[in-house]
Amino acid sequence: MTQGKQYRLAVLTTLFVILFLADVSDTQAKDTYYAWKSDNFAIQLPLNGLKGNPLRGRQIVIRQDKGTCLTCHSLPIPNESFHGTIGPPLHGIASRKSEGEIRLHVVDQQKINPQTIMPGFYKNPQELNLVLDEYFGKTMLSAQEVEDVVAYLMTLE
Amino acid sequence: MKYRALPRMHYIQYITVLLISLNLSNWGHAAELKSGYEFLTPESQAMQDDEFANPGMTAVEDGRKWFHTPGVNGQTCASCHGQDGSGLDPKRIARFPVYNEEYQKPFTLQEQINFCWEEHLDNVPFVYDCVDLVELESFVRNLARGETVAVDTGGALQPFYEMGKKIYNRRFGQINMSCSHCHERYSGQHLRGQVLSQGHSNGFPEYRLGSGKMTSLHGRLTECFKSFRAEPFERGSIEFISLELYLHARGNGLKIETPAVRY
Repeated sequence: MTQGKQYRLAVLTTLFVILFLADVSDTQAKDTYYAWKSDNFAIQLPLNGLKGNPLRGRQIVIRQDKGTCLTCHSLPIPNESFHGTIGPPLHGIASRKSEGEIRLHVVDQQKINPQTIMPGFYKNPQELNLVLDEYFGKTMLSAQEVEDVVAYLMTLE
Repeated sequence: MKYRALPRMHYIQYITVLLISLNLSNWGHAAELKSGYEFLTPESQAMQDDEFANPGMTAVEDGRKWFHTPGVNGQTCASCHGQDGSGLDPKRIARFPVYNEEYQKPFTLQEQINFCWEEHLDNVPFVYDCVDLVELESFVRNLARGETVAVDTGGALQPFYEMGKKIYNRRFGQINMSCSHCHERYSGQHLRGQVLSQGHSNGFPEYRLGSGKMTSLHGRLTECFKSFRAEPFERGSIEFISLELYLHARGNGLKIETPAVRY
């Protein structure tokens, strides 16, 4: 191998490393936890000012690895079988609760009912206990995904 | 004059309120103990009941081989406990975990077997929860099949029982849930297509139709912890042993079903 080739290889490697690092920092930015505040059992403002998409929210509530809302609740999605019976049915939830209330329910229901079985999908990761390494310091859903789910639930009138 | 305590018009409402309150008073309390067996389909129940169809009996038979395998000093388990464990008392097996004075902690059936394996057969002890030890445990516990679980929780065992109870009721992991959430408050409810049982331990080690493998109690607890995205305790750790003590005691009165068939 000539010196010129070695030099080119070194430059390419450095470029790859820089690209890779940039990629990693990008995914970390996506998982950043934005602190939220609840007021009168509701979170009035969207997390980080994000806007939710109800169609994506509908996909998230079905996905086993994401919201998996269907695990415990029944929802007006008849093409999915075996809806759970642990939580109350969510049909017409938007006529019973305000958007802010629904947001807190999804984010951290334990702030409303400390005994609840429902996981906090955007609970402060510092309030968790003995978390498995791969989930350590992370929320169950990203802020965008929470807003998508809230937007979907707001369509259930 | 007729005396009417309540206006007749509203009787239907009173009855409704009464029925609802009766129903509520039952909510949240596991009124009667139900083995996981009662949550199985009739086909799976039949599979467990039939010794030839029950896939867990393979592990029991493998355990029987270990039971009659001579150790380094030429002794076998059967040298003390009789052919096929005829000298073992099923009632005593049903009392495990028991307090061990020498080690000053509860001793699970696995630990007791492993202790004999090293002390009386001169063998190198097994690693806790390894396949061979689980087979031996399956064989021994199978001898007490049908016996009533009767675990002591008082005396020196009490602090360990309390510790197990604390772990049982503590929230863990990213899902931030406790054992009691599913198995006490919501047993009988559907988690998607799966019915939540009361989470009793009377069938362990058990054959799992899902994985096609024998699963020990600590192995199942490890699965539970990972399912709520929590770091499990070590198998054979004092935390899991205390939890085992609490779980067995919680099912006091149920019949031992080893090897149970579960999903």
